[in-house]
Amino acid sequence: MYQILEKRRLSANSVKLVIDAPYVAKKAEPGQFIILRVDEDGERIPLTISEYDREKGTIAIVVQEIGATTMKLCMLNEGDCLHDFVGPLGIASELEGYKRAAVVGGGLGCAIAYPQAKKLHELGCKVDLIAGFKNTDAIILEDEMRAASTNLYVMTDDGSNGNKGFVTAKLKELLEAGEQYDVVIAIGPMIMMKFVAETTRPFGVKTIVSMNSIMVDGTGMCGGCRITVGGETKFACVDGPDFDGHQVDFDEAMRRASIYKPQEQAAIKAHKEHCNLLKMEVK
Amino acid sequence: MPNMSLTKNPIPEQDPNVRNKNFEEVSLGYDAETAVDEANRCLHCKNQPCVEGCPVNVKIPDFIDLIKQGKFLEANNKIKETSSLPAVCGRVCPQESQCESKCVRGIKGEPVAIGRLERFAADYAMAHPSTDPIEVPASNGHKVAIVGAGPAGLTCAGDLRNMGYDVTVFEVLHTAGGVLMYGIPEFRLPKAIVQKEIDTLKAKGVEFVLNFVVGRTETIDDLFADGYEAIFVGSGAGLPNFLHIPGEGLNGVYSANEYLTRVNLMKAYKEDSPTPIYHAKKVAVFGGGNVAMDGARVAKRMGADDVYIVYRRTETELPARAEEVHHAKEEGIEFKLLASPLEILGDENFHVKGVRCQKMELGEPDASGRRRPVPIEGEEFVLDVDAVIVAIGTSPNPLIRTTTPGLEANRKGCIVADEVGMTTKEGVFAGGDAVTGAATVILAMGAGKKAAAAIDEYIKSKN
Repeated sequence: MYQILEKRRLSANSVKLVIDAPYVAKKAEPGQFIILRVDEDGERIPLTISEYDREKGTIAIVVQEIGATTMKLCMLNEGDCLHDFVGPLGIASELEGYKRAAVVGGGLGCAIAYPQAKKLHELGCKVDLIAGFKNTDAIILEDEMRAASTNLYVMTDDGSNGNKGFVTAKLKELLEAGEQYDVVIAIGPMIMMKFVAETTRPFGVKTIVSMNSIMVDGTGMCGGCRITVGGETKFACVDGPDFDGHQVDFDEAMRRASIYKPQEQAAIKAHKEHCNLLKMEVK
Repeated sequence: MPNMSLTKNPIPEQDPNVRNKNFEEVSLGYDAETAVDEANRCLHCKNQPCVEGCPVNVKIPDFIDLIKQGKFLEANNKIKETSSLPAVCGRVCPQESQCESKCVRGIKGEPVAIGRLERFAADYAMAHPSTDPIEVPASNGHKVAIVGAGPAGLTCAGDLRNMGYDVTVFEVLHTAGGVLMYGIPEFRLPKAIVQKEIDTLKAKGVEFVLNFVVGRTETIDDLFADGYEAIFVGSGAGLPNFLHIPGEGLNGVYSANEYLTRVNLMKAYKEDSPTPIYHAKKVAVFGGGNVAMDGARVAKRMGADDVYIVYRRTETELPARAEEVHHAKEEGIEFKLLASPLEILGDENFHVKGVRCQKMELGEPDASGRRRPVPIEGEEFVLDVDAVIVAIGTSPNPLIRTTTPGLEANRKGCIVADEVGMTTKEGVFAGGDAVTGAATVILAMGAGKKAAAAIDEYIKSKN
């Protein structure tokens, strides 16, 4: 069993959990992910590793309440245990050898973009971190991101923090101003990663995206996470999750990510109806 | 007096039109009386050709003789002398191409129903568990790691534990059992049976570490550093192959591994399972092996009205067990033989709406000795379906070979090992699908068994 040692609410619908998982912490690197099950009959869900502490033997994940399983997960408290927790999975991000990088995070993706920025920063790379959120209330990890970057730009869709605009607008502005990035790393919703890749394409800047496809086992067995990269079939779980953003067929990947939308909606409804705790909160 | 009936005693089964809507076991098994009657068909030949036909050389005439005498528990023990998982093998072995193919009674009439008798003995023993506590073999102080809790790993673990080794099995999934749990459906191999076998190993002192990815969580070299003196790699052939035809990225296209894992391991067939699956109305399954039959029969049970097996050759060449093909047909699965998929067609929402197929005919034999299917120019047809299950085979997972310096693999990604499982890296043994590519449960068990003996010899030689 994998105990939750720490729980912190980051925003109205996102939570950071620190899990006791010494085996995973021993080998984890930025860019890798874990798969967990909340309870014995639970669904397997992949989540990217946000932080790891080898000495304490802990892994931090950031969870957004978007489906029945993540809602259940976010209702757990410190001291509770997860039934299963396996990792680290996937190939670690290659972050060495860069002098100048832009890291772009969207929403919850910032929880994963942030450790990448941090590692780059530690390796002596100058990092511009562009973080996008819906509104001020949704902003997470601002202090951590500031500490992990040379310049931090926090954007909101509605301008409620005084910086209105998508991350792509800020990125384009910086590129047009003549910033010479060795690499742009984009982590967030697929639609955001697609437009980041489109933004950098005319500038010819290497662009790495982190593909969070639907998967079951996370070790290459199911093939559910397959995407097309440069015309070839790749498995996000074992060939990635990082890929060349200019080569990824995002339209296909987004369609594949939506296959279980109807079931997910039904599961959320059922969860809300059956969950007494949620009902009480509503009252 | 031997029973000279030319036919096997039929095994009671659920009615095809009932069972194709549920996940309960298809075959109900012999009762004691039928088992004894069937056992009496065995002539107990002196040269025992059936034993030769078994990859683990089960003492077939001997266990059948015990059934004849009504000594059912002893019969099961006799099988267990050489096979670790009789309840499993009695259900999933391709007997018609192994033991039963050599049976003298098969020359004129049907062979003795060896598989059904094996299953009977094993089920009888499970239903009549011994009240004596399970004997835990004393430790000899030597540690062995097993990678993968499938049939090869479980067999190797069991044998080594019996010899006194401290055995730890590392499994990537949250459940031990490998393909027995995620691949083979409940209606063919009830998971409770597999779980019982695993529980027996645990009771004997085999340790299971689940959720552990050898190659990521720890490498083979890390395991040696942890004090394991030898390692058996039975990581299987889990990587699904695709045809690489247009449309494989459409929604509604599954690898058989994904489809079966969602249903079997993640229990998507239960209404309250949180694991989603697409409930198709019409399904095309590509391939003609056991996995294809499983995929088709699961799809039917998940509510599909029409399920097609699309296979390039003819019925004679179908690699699946005869019983699976027979069962699939009974359950209403349609066979589109001599057909090869060219393209998966999608609708405006990028969901599968059909499969365009090429009609084939059989030409000259190929390297495998089977007649090669060749396209009949200009003859195509479209199957109207809303889901596709690709069951054209699997390849070994690259995780271990790519993270283990000194461990050689061949062009197909299979780990190179000799006949007892010794690899090119000292102390590392391998067997099962990881070495052979996708094959059968019994061959994997056989490999696990040989490797256990080789590991014992290896460790003794070092100490």
